[in-house]
Amino acid sequence: MAELIMENVQKHFDGAPALAGIDAQISDGEFVALLGPSGCGKTTLLRLLAGFEQPSEGRLHIGDQQVACARSNLFVPPEERNIGIVFQSYALWPHMSVKRNIAYPLEVRRMPKQERDKKVEEALALTGLGPYANRSPAALSGGQRQRVALARCLVTDPRAVLLDEPLANLDLALRATMQEAFAQFHQRTGATMVYVTHDQTEAMAMADRVAVMEKGKIRQFASPEQLYNEPDNSFVADFVGEGAVVPARAIGTRTHDQIEMQFLGHRFTARAKIDAPTHVCIRPEHLRFDDDAPLRAKVKTTTYLGGKFRVKLETLCGQMLVALSPHRLQNDMAIGLDIVSPWAFADGEVSHG
Amino acid sequence: MTAIFASHTKGSRFEDRLLPLVLLPLILLILAPVARLLLEAFDGPSGWGLSHFAKIFAAESTQTALWHSLFTAGVGTLISIVLGSLFAFVVALTDLRGKAALVFCLMIPMMIPPQITALAWTQMMGPSSVLLKSVGLAPPLGAPQPLYSDWGIALLLGIQHTSIIFLTLRAGLRMIPAEAVEAARISGAKGLRVWWQIIVPLSLPSLAAGTAMAFVTALGNFGIPAMLGIPARYSTLPTLIYQRLAGLGPSVLSEVAVLAVIIGAIALVGVLAHKLLLKRKAYGLVGTSSRPLSISLGKWRFLTELGLWLIIFCILVLPLIALVMTSLVPAYGVPLTLETLSFKGWHEALFRQPVTMRAFSNSFMLAAGAAIVLMTLCLPLAWMMQRRPSQLTRFIDSIVDLPYALPGVVLAIACILTFINLPFTDWSLYGTIWIIFIAYLARFMTVMLRPIQSSLSQLDPTMEEAAQAVGARLFKRLRTVLLPLVAPSAAAGAILVFLTAFNELTVSALLWSSGTETLGVVIFNLDDSGETVMASAVSVAVVAVVIALMGGIQLLAQRLPKGVVPWQN
Repeated sequence: MAELIMENVQKHFDGAPALAGIDAQISDGEFVALLGPSGCGKTTLLRLLAGFEQPSEGRLHIGDQQVACARSNLFVPPEERNIGIVFQSYALWPHMSVKRNIAYPLEVRRMPKQERDKKVEEALALTGLGPYANRSPAALSGGQRQRVALARCLVTDPRAVLLDEPLANLDLALRATMQEAFAQFHQRTGATMVYVTHDQTEAMAMADRVAVMEKGKIRQFASPEQLYNEPDNSFVADFVGEGAVVPARAIGTRTHDQIEMQFLGHRFTARAKIDAPTHVCIRPEHLRFDDDAPLRAKVKTTTYLGGKFRVKLETLCGQMLVALSPHRLQNDMAIGLDIVSPWAFADGEVSHG
Repeated sequence: MTAIFASHTKGSRFEDRLLPLVLLPLILLILAPVARLLLEAFDGPSGWGLSHFAKIFAAESTQTALWHSLFTAGVGTLISIVLGSLFAFVVALTDLRGKAALVFCLMIPMMIPPQITALAWTQMMGPSSVLLKSVGLAPPLGAPQPLYSDWGIALLLGIQHTSIIFLTLRAGLRMIPAEAVEAARISGAKGLRVWWQIIVPLSLPSLAAGTAMAFVTALGNFGIPAMLGIPARYSTLPTLIYQRLAGLGPSVLSEVAVLAVIIGAIALVGVLAHKLLLKRKAYGLVGTSSRPLSISLGKWRFLTELGLWLIIFCILVLPLIALVMTSLVPAYGVPLTLETLSFKGWHEALFRQPVTMRAFSNSFMLAAGAAIVLMTLCLPLAWMMQRRPSQLTRFIDSIVDLPYALPGVVLAIACILTFINLPFTDWSLYGTIWIIFIAYLARFMTVMLRPIQSSLSQLDPTMEEAAQAVGARLFKRLRTVLLPLVAPSAAAGAILVFLTAFNELTVSALLWSSGTETLGVVIFNLDDSGETVMASAVSVAVVAVVIALMGGIQLLAQRLPKGVVPWQN
């Protein structure tokens, strides 16, 4: 296993930029998710790491080996990178049995048959595929195919495992099971894993760190809880988790990461790491219902989530907010709101919300 | 570690660089003969220029043959349009039963070599028809054979190329979304109005593309005008070229080169029109629904089915019966009864005559050889076109059809000119079997390439990337992942090449010499020298092989990706 380092990695397709300068470091044994809307460049970045694309600019390191450098025109093709990849379509070879699919990478490496069989047996046992060894991939269910693909890319002890939306083709129930399987798998093998997805719950549930991408850039690269609680900018605040991003003005100075802010026509105390925030991110758990509070809002819709209700509110100045309530609230009911320690940050760009 | 990887890198790049070398001989194979032909046509006794060309173009025999070619191909194409569109509209748009069988039978005339078609039809009509004599309907001796005429040639050309119109038009009709018709019906249009105002305009580009192709193929046909036209002293350009070359030998090469350029130029216009029209079609209806039209025929269904099968009976079954009957009489002109039934012709053709036996083995070797060599060439070629597209591969993609689409006589003359004297040596391939073999490689490359291409384009590229990620190099990937996955399509392509090459006449008619006869040449020569019974016996044997091989492809068809079997989609 090895760390992955990206230095100013850029990629253009026929002049159109797909990646605009990626700088990131993924540590040995880390589980990282690349999260973003479609077209943000996450799959391109994954394919650059695998070696299916060459960077237009910048450098890529796997461990202590430089695998791509646009300046010196150095490029190590995928077959020599020793990286595992699991595709969205699984890409199992339909003309080979499950066992042969898994054994193929070892055949390519000319591993002696005895040793090979042992390795394959191990991989089959690890993924619980033993009983299906001689079936053809066509005779397997989606989840089983997924596990074959995983076993196939792990059998060579790759330096990193790349996963390209591996759960996108599975149904909801199976997804949860496979998420657990991936997490367990990561624990057991200690593999460096890079996981591409557009589903934030998936990313947040499994990854040690998540790189949120937009328009070919990494907007924030942090742990799931930090992305949720302390987003760097409006895009991340908006894309990750639920809530509202509201323009705000700082009043006074920051003390102990607390700052007095003016927004929605009232004053609140917000958390902040900088002195001049321009926006606040209000999550549902920052809202308290308080009949005496000065901020007034009207209930627009209520949805039952099981155990609690999700309430969409509109303030008098027209801002939409989302709150959680233990009771069903009537539409058009007027209520008072208090906002407790929202997150304040500076963002030059116009809010997406 | 780094050092090991560096050396690996070199190895992999080496394979990647090696592969494009395949392209060079291919380009030479396709382009060199054409270039040589143009050189010859415009290089007369008085030096370079148009004067030599103009002199031969102005000759009366050229003008007559040109007019005959245009007339027979034109009328033939009209007949193809009528028959082909009738079948295409009914098969593609309605709930007819037994479509697969119907289409299969409609395809047989195209796969049967044209000289056999001509032979079979002459056995169905005229004063010496064994079939007519046996049922007592033969016209009196001395009555003319009605097929030995311009209309006879046109009729058979039309029937031979019906399936070209059928296939292109049906593919176009399949692309029309059912919603287009449903929208018209919601708007109040009914029956024929929908057909005329919605379906016909939408399918017109494919019909036009098919028409262009059918015309080009009819123009280049040699077997039918040779069998029917030469006895009637009616020459088209291909038969004129053949007669000149057969009569006077290589001394007239520069003259026939001009004739070949003329017919090639006309054909080229048709091929370009075909390509442009197909491209236009692709623009209009891209990304439409997958649900094709299906119109219920209701009470008319049985009558329609009866009508279509009756047509198949007349254009396929009846001529073949006539052919079989002729092959079973002891001497040509004797009516077939239980007493006269004889296998003398068969025995003579298959076991006695060295020429026919040699021809069977020549044709078999040529066809099998072409299929094997083309398969080895086309697999890497198709892979490169799909995965490593470049200006060069796109160029090859656009010219690879030419040797097949252009008339066979053009290719044959070009090959003679190129290989009669190999550059930088004293060797000549003319008169050997190798010149036929090389011509076959050029001509049938597209037959092999297209099925592999369509199967590759439907293959998920991640199949290969997965192998790449686990360390498989290019050649290993091609061998262990790609080859097994495209193998069924490659096999279908190989059978198609074998089938077409086994029956080939036009190219070999100009390139054969004593000892290198092909089956097509032998059938033609036997009939020419009055051995009609033996010619029929060999023909029936060939037709049996054709139908058996087509059946083989049909059985394979379920396991093949879309677009591999030409008559299925």
